Amino acid sequence: METKEKKTVAPRTDMPCQPADVRARNFDEVALGYTKEMALQEAARCLQCKNPRCVKGCPVEVPIRDFIGEVARGNFDAAYRIIKTTNSLPAVCGRVCPQEHQCEGNCVLKAKGQPVAIGRLERFVADNHIASSACEQVTGTNSCAAPLGGKKMACIGSGPASLTCAGVCAGAGIKVDVFEALHEPGGVLIYGIPAFRLPKNVVATEVNGLRQTGVDFHLNHVGGRTVSVNELAKEYDAVFIGVGAGLPIFLGVPGENLVGVFSANEYLTRVNLGRAYDFPNHDTPAFHGKNVTVFGAGNVAMDAARTALRMGADSVHIVYRRTRAEMPARHEEVEHAEEEGVKFAMLSAPVRFNGDDEMRLTSVTLQKMELGEPDASGRRRPVPVAGSEYDLPTDLAIVALGTRSNPILLEATEGLEKTERGYIKVNEETGETSLPNVFAGGDIVTGAATVILAMGAGRKAGQEIVRRLGGV
Amino acid sequence: MPTPILEKESLIPGRTSKLVLHAPEIARNARPGHFVMLRMNPAGERIPLTIADTDPEKGTIVIVYLVMGKSTALLEALKAGDSILDVCGPLGKPTHIEKNGTVVCVGGGTGIAAMHHIAKGHWRAGNRVVGVIGARTKDLLLFEKELSSFAHELLISTDDGSYGHKGLVTDLLRERLETDKNVFEVVAVGPVPMMAAVAETTRPFGVRTTVSLNPIMVDGIGMCGACRVTVGGKTKFACVDGPEFDGHQVDFAELRRRLGAFREQEKISLDQYRSQHGN
Repeated sequence: METKEKKTVAPRTDMPCQPADVRARNFDEVALGYTKEMALQEAARCLQCKNPRCVKGCPVEVPIRDFIGEVARGNFDAAYRIIKTTNSLPAVCGRVCPQEHQCEGNCVLKAKGQPVAIGRLERFVADNHIASSACEQVTGTNSCAAPLGGKKMACIGSGPASLTCAGVCAGAGIKVDVFEALHEPGGVLIYGIPAFRLPKNVVATEVNGLRQTGVDFHLNHVGGRTVSVNELAKEYDAVFIGVGAGLPIFLGVPGENLVGVFSANEYLTRVNLGRAYDFPNHDTPAFHGKNVTVFGAGNVAMDAARTALRMGADSVHIVYRRTRAEMPARHEEVEHAEEEGVKFAMLSAPVRFNGDDEMRLTSVTLQKMELGEPDASGRRRPVPVAGSEYDLPTDLAIVALGTRSNPILLEATEGLEKTERGYIKVNEETGETSLPNVFAGGDIVTGAATVILAMGAGRKAGQEIVRRLGGV
Repeated sequence: MPTPILEKESLIPGRTSKLVLHAPEIARNARPGHFVMLRMNPAGERIPLTIADTDPEKGTIVIVYLVMGKSTALLEALKAGDSILDVCGPLGKPTHIEKNGTVVCVGGGTGIAAMHHIAKGHWRAGNRVVGVIGARTKDLLLFEKELSSFAHELLISTDDGSYGHKGLVTDLLRERLETDKNVFEVVAVGPVPMMAAVAETTRPFGVRTTVSLNPIMVDGIGMCGACRVTVGGKTKFACVDGPEFDGHQVDFAELRRRLGAFREQEKISLDQYRSQHGN
């Protein structure tokens, strides 16, 4: 039909990137971001739906249609204020959200295979905004609330959930103290996600904004060790627990403690938090491998594989027991990894790690798999193929199978109810735990999930705290 | 906030010192067996050190270190009045202490300082404490005075016989176990070969033996598994499940190999530091 012809939209505006052969050897950001012209062009593709489905796909319900409308008109500051009404860390989310499963997955243009590049536009708006005040950095407005008569709250952990909760509370005039176990704030944004995906100054800008609005960061404070939840609950009007689910899961196959086998958490923490890419100017060493094998197929596995390449590996394999179609990592990250030279050993599972006399890793024995019947998750279950074992030479293996709940805080806190899986039990509506006015959110409640879901939980708890403490 | 160094005492010149740190929150919560993670400057790495003593009233903790590489060399370059950028703790599980009779506390090298805090805990709980400490030679022996103020007996050995028994701490330990049936537990802190030897010495006697392991650590809060050890055939994280374990169950050969994982880089780092500081 005529009208349908007219509505055919232009293809998605590409985002410039560092060339694959160059970026595979540096830690600079891969995706360079839209220019103003590109942003205008991309924003013009948005159909401004009456009933925008993209918003429902966003865990914090950013008013996507409205901010993109402002971008299309060139009102970038207005766009920033709209995003900030629900999203505290747009420069982070625009970079690391799995948009294809969230906002962009719901965009009506997806039927044509080319949804509006919502994440790239969010990133453009956030990167190009220069806040005129700390208040504006945190809330998007210049009308931060007056202090709420000495009301104060504490956040434990300083990852995406806590930073968001702290921002909501500080913006409403509540005094916030954040207690962080590591020596740098940001949680997974600092120790986990590499600089080539999320430059550390993006995180620092947000943390500094919070500091300037009166949020104090107490580093080297371990919840459950240096400070206790029960004591903080007496001292503060409310407490938010956002300590993440940091304990790494290992494969449980023989030889896993050989020298050269690392959790992705350790490998990435050494390189990102410890700046091991700049050894010996920084003191933390990272293990160097010529032949690197990474187990897992999520974003953390992609990050570890691409980091190992940048640390000088000759070859990097990702081993996954299913096929590419089932890989949980973002499509963009898988593509980037492949362009940089990461190889994929699909339908393969580890049987054991092999080492030399000095217990140094030399190879991994893998077994071929084939896909059988669907399992409880609806994905076809991988089944070992008999007699298909083969060895992959490996001197550095990185296990990226996910994490489970860290027991330190949970064991030390009296009266805190847990779920059967060992995470913190909360009221779905408010985020409150079994302890009154003690809230929790993010991975320590849900198990390992995404940055944006953690932020959604931090926001919900923050709003409830503000309501209870009588804020605006 | 950086952590101020209130006092520094050189125990073995250029090699081992004792620092008293102002860290009230850690001092209040620390128990024997706990450790801290430290970082000396913004480019520094995180290293674990056992808390050798605390004074909750004064808000202080004591750490003792052996200069082994760059980070401990950086620590040795600091003096009273200086600060340590990051001190995080108390970490790990505290020592299991119950009143049960006689406990033999074995310490080797810098481990004597760490063992001293555990021994003090047992003494406070009303146990009879037998300290057994050893070093290569007399000048390398630490904490004799501190230990003797509460250990009911103190047995000393040196490899060269310059002080006390000539030989190893395990000689003294074996002798004691052969003659004293009241020993309900042996605790050992020191170099890996010493702890392994203590475990082998006590095994035939069937006496409970606790060792404080010292694997490589990064965060110290269970996030990474760098410190994993095999105990009774199972993988444990020393920073959250330990650092103390049943010495009869520990795979010491694996621990020794894993401690060497970064030897080349440790040498590069120390050589660079020494060339810049002229020694």
